[in-house]
Amino acid sequence: MAQADRSTPLAAEPLPGFKRLNLCNAVNDALTVALDTNDRAYVFGEDVSFGGVFRCTVGLLERFGKDRVFNTPLSEQGIVGFGIGLAAMGHTAVAEIQFADYIFPAFDQLVNEAAKYRYRSGGTFNCGGLTVRAPYGAVGHGGHYHSQSPEAVFTHVPGLKVVIPSSPAEAKGLLLSSIRAPDPVVFFEPKMMYRTAVEDVPEGDYEVPLGVARVVVEGGDVTLVGWGQQVLVLEQAAAQLRKADDISCEVIDLRTLAPWDFETVCASVSKTGRLVVAHEAPLTGGFGAEVAATVAERCFTVLESPPVRCCGVDTPFPLIMEPVYLPGVARVMDAVRGVVHF
Amino acid sequence: MPFKVHRIEAPSNIVETNVSELMSFYKLMYKMRRMEIAADMMYKAKFIRGFCHLYDGQEAVLTGIEAAITLQDSIITSYRDHCQHVSRGGTVLELMAELMGKREGATRGLGGSMHIYNRKNNFYGGNGIVGAQIPLGAGIALAHKYRGEPNVCITMYGDGAANQGQKYEALNMAGLWNLPAIFVCENNHYGMGTAEWRAAKSPNFYTRGDYIPGIKVDGMDVLAVKQAVAFAKAYALANGPIIMEMDTYRYHGHSMSDPGSTYRTRDEINAMRTERDPIERVKKLLLANGVESAEFKRLDREIKKEIDDAVEAAKAGSIPPDSWLWKNMYAAPLGAEMRGVLPGQYHAPAFDPEYKS
Repeated sequence: MAQADRSTPLAAEPLPGFKRLNLCNAVNDALTVALDTNDRAYVFGEDVSFGGVFRCTVGLLERFGKDRVFNTPLSEQGIVGFGIGLAAMGHTAVAEIQFADYIFPAFDQLVNEAAKYRYRSGGTFNCGGLTVRAPYGAVGHGGHYHSQSPEAVFTHVPGLKVVIPSSPAEAKGLLLSSIRAPDPVVFFEPKMMYRTAVEDVPEGDYEVPLGVARVVVEGGDVTLVGWGQQVLVLEQAAAQLRKADDISCEVIDLRTLAPWDFETVCASVSKTGRLVVAHEAPLTGGFGAEVAATVAERCFTVLESPPVRCCGVDTPFPLIMEPVYLPGVARVMDAVRGVVHF
Repeated sequence: MPFKVHRIEAPSNIVETNVSELMSFYKLMYKMRRMEIAADMMYKAKFIRGFCHLYDGQEAVLTGIEAAITLQDSIITSYRDHCQHVSRGGTVLELMAELMGKREGATRGLGGSMHIYNRKNNFYGGNGIVGAQIPLGAGIALAHKYRGEPNVCITMYGDGAANQGQKYEALNMAGLWNLPAIFVCENNHYGMGTAEWRAAKSPNFYTRGDYIPGIKVDGMDVLAVKQAVAFAKAYALANGPIIMEMDTYRYHGHSMSDPGSTYRTRDEINAMRTERDPIERVKKLLLANGVESAEFKRLDREIKKEIDDAVEAAKAGSIPPDSWLWKNMYAAPLGAEMRGVLPGQYHAPAFDPEYKS
């Protein structure tokens, strides 16, 4: 769905049927389509009425009215709990948590209420109509509470789906799939890319399937796995490794972390024999551990080197030391060299 | 503005003061004001990055509070915490350096704008998550009581945080155990961009404690704040928790990325500046009581210079070394290794509260 190769510049004009959008516009587009095609869909959260702090909900109030697009008070636990109730009635609740860092007051609602609803009611009730959207990830100056990547803790909760797009076109399609998925989804949007990622996005209504990973760049020497804004870092590392070291990397964007497409990843590792997983979240207990363990189990006999994780440091997300903390291009390249020359 | 009360008798609204006290208020408030304006300029010049929440307009609240309590009482607040650093005995240089992420800063450049702390003078920060500091304040108050200290914990939060569930959990515990906690709601009428009446069914924050008494105070009047807080401290030490709603206003937007004019009119902001500015109010009182305007000119210049010098010194400061990233995660690392971004790269986490290396 997304551009095959982000290293080539965009064409002068988008093709017919496409619109050049940044990630925030793409999210906005998806929300518009979702509300347009389902009159029992609602978008709510802190400050969504005026357009939201990242402008993702601009225009929705004017178009769909205050009964469907509305602000909530500053109460994350209340927002998610309220969304679960709405979804339990069969409606589609798209709740925004202003920053993923603020999702923790709602953690109990997500883990104990949303995730287990269908299961504990013997299938009679569910809150599949709930989608919780939150901006996540490093943004250059976010510090402790505006930069976190909490995706791993949610993947550990059976009953929730966790989806993370890596580009505008991906974001629109994945968000529509998430909103329409019959299960509760936590959707993390890479906030650094809201303005900086621009792509030709298909107009109208389309979905990108959940649970299916995307091979972004094909290669033969090593498999690089990532999601969200880290995918761009992997693409850049792959391009530089090809030029500088003649190493051919296959880059895979997981898109959905729970449930994740281990078949695509394992097929790739069977070809390359090497794995590097990268994510901004701290190394210990990060989702990279799940990927590495699964690959080690399923691809043991074809591995040329141990699976490696190139991740954030096991500390709170620092303010001034962000560049030291993040698994940037240089560090990913070093990790790849390590597995290739094992 | 008279006190409004909930389940308690109002303190007297006749206040005794003198020129020397008012001058000390003026000096502190003016310093806070210039400091926040300097922070604004430094942010726009990109010396300060990230998030920066300014307190100008609200100076009287903190100044009045500090006048009514001692440095042995505790304060905990939200991310709008720059001024608490100086009111609790810190220097402007430490604050500016912290905002710029320099090692000379109050928290060694590792916390930034939202995380200023002062252990010696009982300032517990500086907290980023809205409302999270409120239960902490109740806990601090319990410690004071348990240790038999004649001290209270001033727990500050805003009108936005007043709708957080954890606030009510803290109020219930404080009420149940009669904790010497003074919950101060700095009502500047906007939770970021949301007006109080659009976020709260009842914007009468001083009544929201239900069974806990409350007082509403004109937060732009430093004398009213001091009077009410002194009253509240006596009450809290004798009886238990009390809520104070400070009716105040912030001139800047929520943070530096908020112009502050999309959800309120410039007329409203200007009206506040001309009619209710806390510093002007004190200045007028002093001028009417014999202080020469030349004295103010001199004082203003002196304070401005102090701030400017601090800014220059902060700019000249140095960035914390990379090795500090791995420090002080745990007091007892237990042989743990903190993994770095590269595979095979390990750092022994160090417990080094002095940041010696």
